Amino acid sequence: MKYTLFDKVWNDHVVTQQDDGADLLHIDRIFLHERTGSAALASIEEGERKIKNPAHVFCTMDHIVDTFPGRTDQTTMPGGSEFIKVTRDLSLKGNITLFDLGDERQGISHVVSPEQGIALPGCTVICPDSHTCTLGGLGALATGVGSSECEHALVTETLRFSKPKQMRVVFAGQLKSGVSAKDMILHLIAAYSAAGGSGYAIEFAGPAVDSLTVEARLTLCNMAVEFSAFTGIIAPDDKVFEYLKGRPYAPSGESWQQAKEYWGALSTDDGAHFDQEIVIDCATISPTVTWGTSPQEAISIDGQVPSLVPENGDARRSMEQSLAYMGLKPGQSIQGLPIQVAFIGSCTNSRLSDLRIAAAILKGRKVASGVRAICVPGSTQVKQAAEKEGLDQIFLNAGFEWRESGCSMCFYAGGEGFVSGERVITSTNRNFEGRQGPGCRSHLASPATVAASAINGAITDSRKMGAL
Amino acid sequence: MKKFVTHRGTAAPLLKINIDTDAIMPSREMKTVSKTGLGKSLFASWRFIDRGTDQEKLNPEFVLNQQEYSQASILLTGRNMGCGSSREFAVWALVDFGIRAIIAPSFGAIFFTNCIRNGLLPIVLDEQVIASLADYVALNPQANQLNIDLKTCHVIGPDGMTYPFELQSGFQVMLLEGLDAIDVTNKLGKEIDAFKTTDIQKRPWAYLN
Repeated sequence: MKYTLFDKVWNDHVVTQQDDGADLLHIDRIFLHERTGSAALASIEEGERKIKNPAHVFCTMDHIVDTFPGRTDQTTMPGGSEFIKVTRDLSLKGNITLFDLGDERQGISHVVSPEQGIALPGCTVICPDSHTCTLGGLGALATGVGSSECEHALVTETLRFSKPKQMRVVFAGQLKSGVSAKDMILHLIAAYSAAGGSGYAIEFAGPAVDSLTVEARLTLCNMAVEFSAFTGIIAPDDKVFEYLKGRPYAPSGESWQQAKEYWGALSTDDGAHFDQEIVIDCATISPTVTWGTSPQEAISIDGQVPSLVPENGDARRSMEQSLAYMGLKPGQSIQGLPIQVAFIGSCTNSRLSDLRIAAAILKGRKVASGVRAICVPGSTQVKQAAEKEGLDQIFLNAGFEWRESGCSMCFYAGGEGFVSGERVITSTNRNFEGRQGPGCRSHLASPATVAASAINGAITDSRKMGAL
Repeated sequence: MKKFVTHRGTAAPLLKINIDTDAIMPSREMKTVSKTGLGKSLFASWRFIDRGTDQEKLNPEFVLNQQEYSQASILLTGRNMGCGSSREFAVWALVDFGIRAIIAPSFGAIFFTNCIRNGLLPIVLDEQVIASLADYVALNPQANQLNIDLKTCHVIGPDGMTYPFELQSGFQVMLLEGLDAIDVTNKLGKEIDAFKTTDIQKRPWAYLN
């Protein structure tokens, strides 16, 4: 029998099979945050239930906390401190590990989880957050769930899933210079739609994926949910093992050897069955930017906003609404479109490698006048590492704000946000209506594109920046 | 959890693709940890004009603000309904507003399960079928109601046409009987313990103390 990587991890977690084909899977790691984890913890409290294995449960403050220097439990978001307080109290009561404000391990859950060695290859990881699929970049079977499902996993250490179909997305060849993992995933979603992965677990494979750094693989898998996939996963290799070695919650000593032996078998067997396979020639991928209000509404940076789809149905209505919201017309070039805000942050693109790429473009340059530029490192550790390299000074000298770690303005929760009608170039994952502020227009792009656009005050191809 | 056996109600068309959970329940509307009382925030950006200001008013263009759809308990939507964020607040808001079922060509996976867990029935039907149901309903929304029978997994249109749909039997039973998923799983305690005994031998490195 030939198995895929996903089969192997899935099969090793099946506790029982239901009559209707759903499997009860063992859940190895649970990560919570104060936004939706608080609801799960509160529900456990109300139902007088207990967390079954607190040693496997971690929690961070990322969604609601402010990212201003000198932040406290008080938040610019109305009611935010209740989420923080409930999470803190119930984490303590449940005896789970909390990366609280002021803790050097605090940060965005999906940045912290690999950084601390909590998510591991061959493990199941859930979090009440849709971007949990990020951790597939390490070879974990990771998926986002709702608060009720999270509560189920906390109380039983299991969750019921129907095994999804499987798709392999092969990135053939190598990426052109100046093209990143963010461009790969936006390109895929633009080509196959935001529902293209619906019902599938996706294995990302091929030479270009092998060549990606671990951090870039996390970016690629992060937006599997924007493709509507159950999750994304990449076979773990020596780069992943090297990345994890010595991290606080990663196995060590004899346990490390046992883990490595197990992880070494985590790849798809030759001839294993996939329900669908997509091959993308990396030569066709350029820096990619969204123009609309769905991640599928993305084009090459030298492209134009497409013409309206001819059929007069749901798709046409949605496209018309997108164009109206974004203040754009079919045929318009995306390059050169003036922006008012540049944002670097989020679980998609806020790791050290992302900040280095942006800093390389910003070094010795200034953000265009009238543009507000913000960098929010993905974790406190990323922030400290960046500061050690002097990246903070490059961002600050260029005119960027340099923040404390958190999800920040990846989404608007009623506190800080951008202004209606403002055009934002952003390294985040969602360009939905109002995502970063009511009426605000978000264009998703890579950190390189965001940095270059900040300098020019307009959407810019970073490859054309040239030498100083 | 509230049972779902049969339901008859007015269906409101919201025939847009990729309706995300930010649209269903904007993050700024999630002001407390509580699951209740969220219906007033449902589709806030589309339902209201100048939300949160002195000028706030209902948007007359939005379907659920139109008199004939104001009592709607079923939504007809485009594909990939409920994509995006895992926030269960979106489903809690729909339930609180009085929505009992959503009919769409496809759903975001996390949203789909969140619906089931809260007694809201997600039904997958073909896009053309949904378009024709919407046309029929529009002729007289309050009279041309839809019937849903979860025992037989059928939607019955105003014209008497029946449309079968599929739902995994585990989910079907859970909704028909209003079961709590944790209670169901807790009956499998022995199987879970047996799994762990074997697994810890196989993957000792995966266990933290």
